[in-house]
Amino acid sequence: MDLHELEAIGEREQAQRTRLRILCCAAAGCQASGALELKRRLETVLTAAGKLADIDVTPVGCMGLCGHGPLVRLEPSGEMFERVTPADAEEIVAALEGRPCTVTRCDRQHPFFARQFPIVLRHCGQINPERIEDYIAVGGYRTLYHVIHEMTPTEVIAAITRSGLRGRGGAGYPTGLKWATVAKSPGERKFVVCNADEGDPGAFMDRSILESDPHLVLEGMAIAAYAVGAEQGFIYVRGEYPLAIERLQKAIVQARRFGLLGAQIFESGFNFRIDIRVGAGAFVCGEETALIASIEGRRGQPRPRPPYPAESGLWGMPTLINNVETFANVTAIIEHGPEWFSSIGSNRSKGTKVFALTGKVRNTGLIEVPMGITLREIVEEIGGGTPDGTPVKAVQTGGPSGGCIPASLFDTPVDYESLAAVGSIMGSGGMVVMDEHTNMVDVARFYMEFCKDESCGKCIPCRVGTVQLFNMLTKLRNRQAHARDLDKIEELCDLMRETSLCGLGQSAPNPVLSTLHYFRHEYEELIGAEGDHGS
Amino acid sequence: MAAKTLTIDGHLVSARPGETLLAAIRDAGITIPTLCHLDGLSEVGACRLCLVEIEGQRRLQPACMTMVSEGMVVHTNTPRLQSYRRQIIELLFAERNHVCAVCVASGNCELQRLAGMVGMDHVRYEYLSPNYPVDISHPRFGIDHNRCVLCTRCVRACDEIEGVHTWDVAGRGVNAHVITDLNQPWGTSTTCTSCGKCQLACPTGAIFPRGVTVGERPHASERIALIVEARKQRW
Ligand SMILES: Cc1cc2nc3c(=O)[nH]c(=O)nc-3n(C[C@H](O)[C@H](O)[C@H](O)COP(=O)(O)O)c2cc1C
Ligand code: SF4
Ligand code: SF4
Ligand code: SF4
Ligand code: FES
Ligand code: FES
Repeated sequence: MDLHELEAIGEREQAQRTRLRILCCAAAGCQASGALELKRRLETVLTAAGKLADIDVTPVGCMGLCGHGPLVRLEPSGEMFERVTPADAEEIVAALEGRPCTVTRCDRQHPFFARQFPIVLRHCGQINPERIEDYIAVGGYRTLYHVIHEMTPTEVIAAITRSGLRGRGGAGYPTGLKWATVAKSPGERKFVVCNADEGDPGAFMDRSILESDPHLVLEGMAIAAYAVGAEQGFIYVRGEYPLAIERLQKAIVQARRFGLLGAQIFESGFNFRIDIRVGAGAFVCGEETALIASIEGRRGQPRPRPPYPAESGLWGMPTLINNVETFANVTAIIEHGPEWFSSIGSNRSKGTKVFALTGKVRNTGLIEVPMGITLREIVEEIGGGTPDGTPVKAVQTGGPSGGCIPASLFDTPVDYESLAAVGSIMGSGGMVVMDEHTNMVDVARFYMEFCKDESCGKCIPCRVGTVQLFNMLTKLRNRQAHARDLDKIEELCDLMRETSLCGLGQSAPNPVLSTLHYFRHEYEELIGAEGDHGS
Repeated sequence: MAAKTLTIDGHLVSARPGETLLAAIRDAGITIPTLCHLDGLSEVGACRLCLVEIEGQRRLQPACMTMVSEGMVVHTNTPRLQSYRRQIIELLFAERNHVCAVCVASGNCELQRLAGMVGMDHVRYEYLSPNYPVDISHPRFGIDHNRCVLCTRCVRACDEIEGVHTWDVAGRGVNAHVITDLNQPWGTSTTCTSCGKCQLACPTGAIFPRGVTVGERPHASERIALIVEARKQRW
């Protein structure tokens, strides 16, 4: 494979396309609401009308407004329809041909679409994720060619560093710095690992990316491998994502067949193979040292750092671990340049962030917004507020490691530092909107239950602390707690935060501490009447 | 490589390069609580009792897994650390059934000693009182899971020194527990050589020898280090 062949594939692909196309979302969200049935029905209708040769029905990835699925988009008009049922198939075909159609159209001018800034999601809902030709037709793998043939590894790392990209897996560690560390760490072999263990309740960003545009991640990983000097990559994906696994597998096989992965990529001396490792359903295996143990075939438990995986990771070798979304940003940065990327976003948080917007919000789904946008813009404009108009009370970001931010602070810009300053974290991108009817003690208890079930059990503060906290919150919920129990809760939170071995235990108190901080009265209201003079 | 000089609790201390902070602290005659550490075994940094403050580092670090470095300034016994250690021991006592009065190891137990050392005289947390079994299917030893603190010293002793790996951990969170072979009664294990190293390594009354009275019970975890040293020196 050389550049010429790659371009020829893209051109052939473009030329073969029918002028009129129906794009059906076939990502997990819409599949769950019947997208595949709809697609079959559309094909039946077109076959019956003898039009299947002129009109393609293309399964594509997530279009974003998952809560209103199944979604369908028409080309070239760009019209989009929501909640399309198989019975609507005739009408959709009618719309394509300019005839009247009563199926609900999505308003493309709505802030939900207009306020977004797709970089990572730029191909989502546009291409068929199961065909590498589709990806090549939108320019795919050209960046990898450019990198291998025209850039040195040092130049690639410098570009990523200058872009200001920070890890999207939660902690926001500077990606360029991590790549440089791996590149400079001595080791016979090096590895690149993509962390697709996404386990936060309510989060589905990484899943959507993998289901909608798997090659974008593979290409990002290959560029990273070239930069740090690795020949072997792993994607650690959770077993609960069968569709993502299937599409990744297909994508890897296709890329290998095209000579875009494997030995002598683009006829260069660069070799890189990628294997998939499927997680067995433990949240803690998303933590990088536990993930490494799991890939090595050991019990998925974290170990103290240092040494960091960049120095000593898989089998003691320097290992680059990045999140799915981090890798998905790489091609755009190289293609458009680091200055372009760093012009997007806020001062210390560059680029965009993908969020899974869920909870009490009208427009649930997957969004990609520039960093620095305020929470208000996300919740009220993009999300459209609560479905029934009940006032919004708070949003939860960062899942079980994050916190609840009250509506009074909705002018906070969404960037790593600002969210941390109000007691939450950026996290991997889960964003749950809560309305006035939500009890914050219940919220804290929900996340603590999650942490208690997901603690690996290795260190004492997390293993026993999560259970004790959960029990105390339950007692509080049942109005059996004493006033002094609040102090005990805070004391235990402090212990876990300061002494737990890994990020799970260290951040497990965050939902409790942030709700205690902003909604203390809800805790106090639950203190039993007899509480103050209990035993 | 040259020896390192560091400051521990205000005293200048020299340490060998590649040595752990715990070794240097002990060398300086300072005692800090440890539980998952056992001389002769690999380190896991799990119990968090040996956490110390290192100037210039935001997080507390486990002394057992931190390597000494030149100029390190370490505090091993601040009020904050004392309070954390007490709480950790409290959490352990609340987790399973550590009723010393009816335990085979009473008076000869590291957990009990640690409680005294950190000044834990009562437990403020709710006792979880789990209902764990006692496995006495092995002819020479028994395990009472109610006394286990999940230090994994048995797992490491069996794996690293006896080279057998009969023990491992199953389950997660508070449901984690040690198992023998494929989670079967110890007596049916086809790998166990009955060497007794796990029993030597166990800090509490969880693994105990059968047919030995409390007074006679050997508790000699330090023998693990002796075995390792003996092998190294080919005694
Ligand atoms: C309990 C726990 C769970 C985690 N889960 C994930 C995860 O599912 N996906 C992920 O990318 N990072 C996860 N992380 C963060 C990883 O340890 C690691 O920092 C990240 O993958 C680094 O990639 P990045 O620099 O691209 O963000 C988790 C961390 C902790 C402590
Ligand atoms: S903090 Fe929790 S998850 Fe992390 S090592 Fe400790 S017990 Fe395991
Ligand atoms: S007696 Fe020896 S072989 Fe048997 S479990 Fe204990 S350490 Fe392993
Ligand atoms: S049985 Fe003993 S040595 Fe093994 S984990 Fe439990 S307390 Fe530690
Ligand atoms: S899954 Fe179809 S729009 Fe997201
Ligand atoms: S002795 Fe260091 S963590 Fe247990």
